Amino acid sequence: MSLLDLFESLEQSGIGLLVRESLWLFPALEAVHLLGLSLLGGSLLLVDLRLLGLGVRSRTSEQMMVAAKPWLLISLLILIGTGVPLFLSEAVKCYYNYSFWVKMSALAIGLLYTFLIKHPVIRRGAVPTVRAGLGILSLGVWLTVAGAGRWIGFS
Amino acid sequence: MTLLSFCQWLASTKWSIALHESFYMYPLIESTHVVALFLFAGTIAMVDLRLLGAVFREVPISEINARILPWTVAGAVIMVSTGILLFYAIPVRTYQSLWFRFKVVFLLVAAINVWIFHRRVQKNRADWDSDRRPPFAARVSALISLSMWAGVIVFGRMIAYNWFDCDRPQSDFVYWLSGCVVELVDA
Repeated sequence: MSLLDLFESLEQSGIGLLVRESLWLFPALEAVHLLGLSLLGGSLLLVDLRLLGLGVRSRTSEQMMVAAKPWLLISLLILIGTGVPLFLSEAVKCYYNYSFWVKMSALAIGLLYTFLIKHPVIRRGAVPTVRAGLGILSLGVWLTVAGAGRWIGFS
Repeated sequence: MTLLSFCQWLASTKWSIALHESFYMYPLIESTHVVALFLFAGTIAMVDLRLLGAVFREVPISEINARILPWTVAGAVIMVSTGILLFYAIPVRTYQSLWFRFKVVFLLVAAINVWIFHRRVQKNRADWDSDRRPPFAARVSALISLSMWAGVIVFGRMIAYNWFDCDRPQSDFVYWLSGCVVELVDA
């Protein structure tokens, strides 16, 4: 079975059909996806700004990271919970969509980077230059996810 | 001059047409508008959640205000400038969009809420600046802010959908609410 076959069967799945056949479900999922994006932005920014020395100063980067983490996870749950049905409703279109693959690659990198590199390095403690690099990379990769995501609808 | 005729005039200007017909410019501005949610709505959400006592409970409100709100303002500048351009590219349809009208109402309520918060609610902030859970008035303010901005985002996304456009059959109520004009629709 090729990847395209898989995407075709995903599009015919119950959830895919449900979203596609509904007039308002796709827009509603999109809207909630954007609310999730906002929450993601906030929970990343307060940590990344702290890393860059441009945000809250009275708490350490690690304290900010720990405090923001539940909201980061909630936002990711909202984004995945709405993103998956959006994808299922038009999986074949996504298969042929360049922006979709850019987004998914950036998303994979973003998740791995955040939980396997950024958070552990913050926990271990890093010099200011490394901290700044961690923040810049985080914003760079997640803004790519968001931008490429929006561009799926244009390409 | 009515608002509608002003929008019609806007739509007839050279740059509005150029923007409307551009291949990359309009999507780029639209994407910037959406991605800026990250900065604008993101920082608002965090400030409001702090006021609700739901996150960063150890950080004084005054510090959040001083260090985070400038970023919200930067986000607002991006939002307003790209937003104005998006409106300018499609003035008449946007002006007559039911969703756009809801969005503006929610924006106004959100703005009034910000004003009241800074003028009234924060007056005695020194008394609760470091409270893990700020007083009731501050929490209400944060809840109103979160709901209004969520509405602004949802309605904003809906502008793209044409369900309630004037050139489709609508009930008299929607027709009136959207400010549709018979002569325009027939033309």
